[in-house]
Amino acid sequence: MKALQFSRNIPRYAAARVAAGFTPGGGASVGPLRLADLDPPTPPGPDWVRVRPRLSGICGSDLATVDGRSARYFEPLVSFPFVPGHEVVGDLDDGTRVVLEPVLGCVSRNIAPTCTPCSDGMLGNCEHVSFGDLEPGIQTGSCHDTGGGWATAFCAHPSQLHTVPDDLSDEAAVIVEPAACGLHAALLAGVPDDGTVVVLGAGTLGLLTLASLRAHTAPRTIIATARYPDQRRLAADLGADLVIAPDEVRRAVRRVTGSRAITRGGGHDGSVHSLSGGADVVVDCVGSSSSLTDAMAVTRPRGRIVLVGMPASVNLELTPLWHRELELVGAYTYGTETLADGTTARTFDLAFDLVRRYDLGRLVSATYPLRRYRDAIQHAAAAGRRGAVKVAFDLRDDRERERL
Amino acid sequence: MSNGRHLAPRPGFVLDVDRNSPPIVFHHGEGFRLEKLPAGRSRVIYPAEPLEGLPDPDGAIRDALLNPIGDSAPLPALLRPDMKLTIAFDDISLPLPPMRRPDIRQRVIETVLDMAAEAGVDDVHLIAALAVHRRMTEDELRHAVGDRVYDAFAPRGLLYNHDAEDPDGMVVLGETPHGEAVQFNRRAAESDLVVYVNINLVAMDGGHKSTATGLTGYTSLRHNHNVHTMLNSTSFMDQDGSALHASNWRMGKVLRDAGVRIFQVETTVNNDTFGREGPLSMLQKREWEWSARDRASFLAMQNGLKVLPTRVKREIFSKWRAPYELTSVQAGEIEAVHEVTTANVYRQHLVPVEGQTDILTMGLPYICPYNVNSIMNPILVMCLGLGYFFNLYRGRPLVRKGGVVIISHPTPWEFNPVHHPSYIDFFEQVLADTTDPAEIERKYEKQFAEDEWYIHLYRNSYAYHGVHPFYMWYWGAHALDHVARVIVVGGNTPAVRRLGFQPASTLADALEMASDVVGPQPTITHIKNPPLLMADVT
Repeated sequence: MKALQFSRNIPRYAAARVAAGFTPGGGASVGPLRLADLDPPTPPGPDWVRVRPRLSGICGSDLATVDGRSARYFEPLVSFPFVPGHEVVGDLDDGTRVVLEPVLGCVSRNIAPTCTPCSDGMLGNCEHVSFGDLEPGIQTGSCHDTGGGWATAFCAHPSQLHTVPDDLSDEAAVIVEPAACGLHAALLAGVPDDGTVVVLGAGTLGLLTLASLRAHTAPRTIIATARYPDQRRLAADLGADLVIAPDEVRRAVRRVTGSRAITRGGGHDGSVHSLSGGADVVVDCVGSSSSLTDAMAVTRPRGRIVLVGMPASVNLELTPLWHRELELVGAYTYGTETLADGTTARTFDLAFDLVRRYDLGRLVSATYPLRRYRDAIQHAAAAGRRGAVKVAFDLRDDRERERL
Repeated sequence: MSNGRHLAPRPGFVLDVDRNSPPIVFHHGEGFRLEKLPAGRSRVIYPAEPLEGLPDPDGAIRDALLNPIGDSAPLPALLRPDMKLTIAFDDISLPLPPMRRPDIRQRVIETVLDMAAEAGVDDVHLIAALAVHRRMTEDELRHAVGDRVYDAFAPRGLLYNHDAEDPDGMVVLGETPHGEAVQFNRRAAESDLVVYVNINLVAMDGGHKSTATGLTGYTSLRHNHNVHTMLNSTSFMDQDGSALHASNWRMGKVLRDAGVRIFQVETTVNNDTFGREGPLSMLQKREWEWSARDRASFLAMQNGLKVLPTRVKREIFSKWRAPYELTSVQAGEIEAVHEVTTANVYRQHLVPVEGQTDILTMGLPYICPYNVNSIMNPILVMCLGLGYFFNLYRGRPLVRKGGVVIISHPTPWEFNPVHHPSYIDFFEQVLADTTDPAEIERKYEKQFAEDEWYIHLYRNSYAYHGVHPFYMWYWGAHALDHVARVIVVGGNTPAVRRLGFQPASTLADALEMASDVVGPQPTITHIKNPPLLMADVT
């Protein structure tokens, strides 16, 4: 089968980092990622099934890996070589179209009894993440044994699969997984009714978080930062009341919340360093030093910052976190959500609804065959600037896929 | 060549551009552009030369106070020992550029104070009537009233800036028949006499506007600083056609009926903006009359400005003090005084112009009423061009309905955060949403006007009130309604686009872009301002 495989190769990893410094996505050309002919993965257990991807998305965490920017934190949580790709809609051998829920929890690792989070349906919080019958890997797409979505085939445990309704296009289906991430973040945010929430970043996750906030919470104002015109248009369309440039966020939150501004020198010079009050919740879908600093500057005392964008290493002054008694919460993947009315639901079930309700298949802006992976990754790395949101591999016409 | 000093000053006139006409100097922020206008269909309106100043300004002031106009007793007769006297005066926005010392306000205030002292008045307050403008700094106040007055009053808290947001310092005195609330400075309202000291630079200044606007706040201003008033002020420089003027006059009547007694002192200055001699004197001359020295000076200045950073250029220009001379002073009852004042303003500024034009061009200088010692941000560029310059007409606008205005200015995406904090937000949020004045007014004005932080900065720092950028935008509402397109030459492209205008690199490009609207071979009129002029369009 054809697959993009990522191997442990320190010199190439370093080269990818350097190349990415010049051209985002440049790591695909010089790094440890290569297009290879591989044997199809052996199913790790009797229940496992083969999935032949139709569309497979390129995620921000994938780009970080390819460009040599991923955190060393993940080193013991992945197994090399692995095939990336965890946003997948594909076919089972019986023709059933499925979406992958890529988290590898206790059930797929054949661990019994399951850990408490997995028992509670919170797969993303699995406490056995690198144990059991599988090699380490927090998700399909980082585990050697399962393979990943950037290939003509991979293995999945039935508990990871969700049947796609016939009326849902492949483009819509491939957005279900990132939509579940956005939903989880929005529902974790604890947005008070009539409150103010800020979403930093209007890439795929930012936009999906916006739609999720609009669908499941009742804030008075949602402010979104967006750098590029298409992002601004989509952010407004998906529910932002106010869309602003990233460097305008402090002034904008001040205006909307009626806060006073604190200037760097403590005087009254009309500049805005931080706010006396601020937003109830800030959802950071960027995860950079700059975005986290902004988040702390504009969140009201005792407000909450939800970190959705994968941060890697950041350089931060945490004094505001301490002084303003801010709550900094990570939002990783999904599982089971508690809704405003007290009922619970699988995040993926909610994600299917969200994708349909907001026609989120339109976020797939470009698709590429596997052989053009370098172009695909560079496009994804510059998505905002190039007017794109989600870039995916399209394997529907791949001859290798049919040969299997 | 006459320098205008000993011969009678020549009136303003309209030059029909022909092939022999030299390039015209366009103001362009802290710089200039030399532009060749198309021959045969272009004209340039030149201001009048500066009128002669009064030979004895102090004597003239004293004489005006002793011989008032209209239904008013001489000032000394209005003064008594046990009275409360308030002297209010125009703020930093007048005159432009600031004038050389002694400022006219200083001359008038010193004379008034001498008379007050002779009458034994000891309860005297001096108030900078700035409405919702920024507070004046100590240096600026010293420049306006002089060191002697400042040192005598300011340390005792008797010379200060008007505060339109002081809940204890403002009072509503009534309402006009049009339902306009008349809010007023409490100290002035409770005084036995208010002496208002004005510098009337353009025709919209003075009269009841001095007090009804200068000593009021948002409660009153919202009634006449709005889109409706501006669309019905054609122009706001022409008292007969100005809804703004009418509103101020209605409010003035409410003040009078409420018992506020005002002794108005109005002054006019000549057009001597850049001096008859000195480094900028060529800007006051007509290009074909430039001497070799003028040409050399201009070239040297141009070359120097090209290499200087904007910050340095700004500093250099902000130090310029105009050698304005007093051309008239009159005192007494407001309306009678203002009639004479207006005639004197027109005497200096009015230039007869026949017919409208397809394209109106204007070069905007480095300064407008709201960026003294500050930055001319894009909103102020709009206000100066489409507000002030466009409205410097009587009769009909210089440009025809559906015509084009071409502005020359660098239009930097730059703001002074101390002076213009709400402008930054207006530019970032409001103009990113819409440039339609009516929609802006409806959606955003109240929020900005009542924003606590802006109010805090207005009261405690040197910030224009939160609502002020809205007024700047409304000032251009009549022009936006009248013209089909606005093009900015040499401006910062993103900033120009944010204003809703079209950017052009050169005047030739701008004229070509304008032809989409007004057709080929359009007529062009350049209003060569400053020195100031007002077109009397028939």
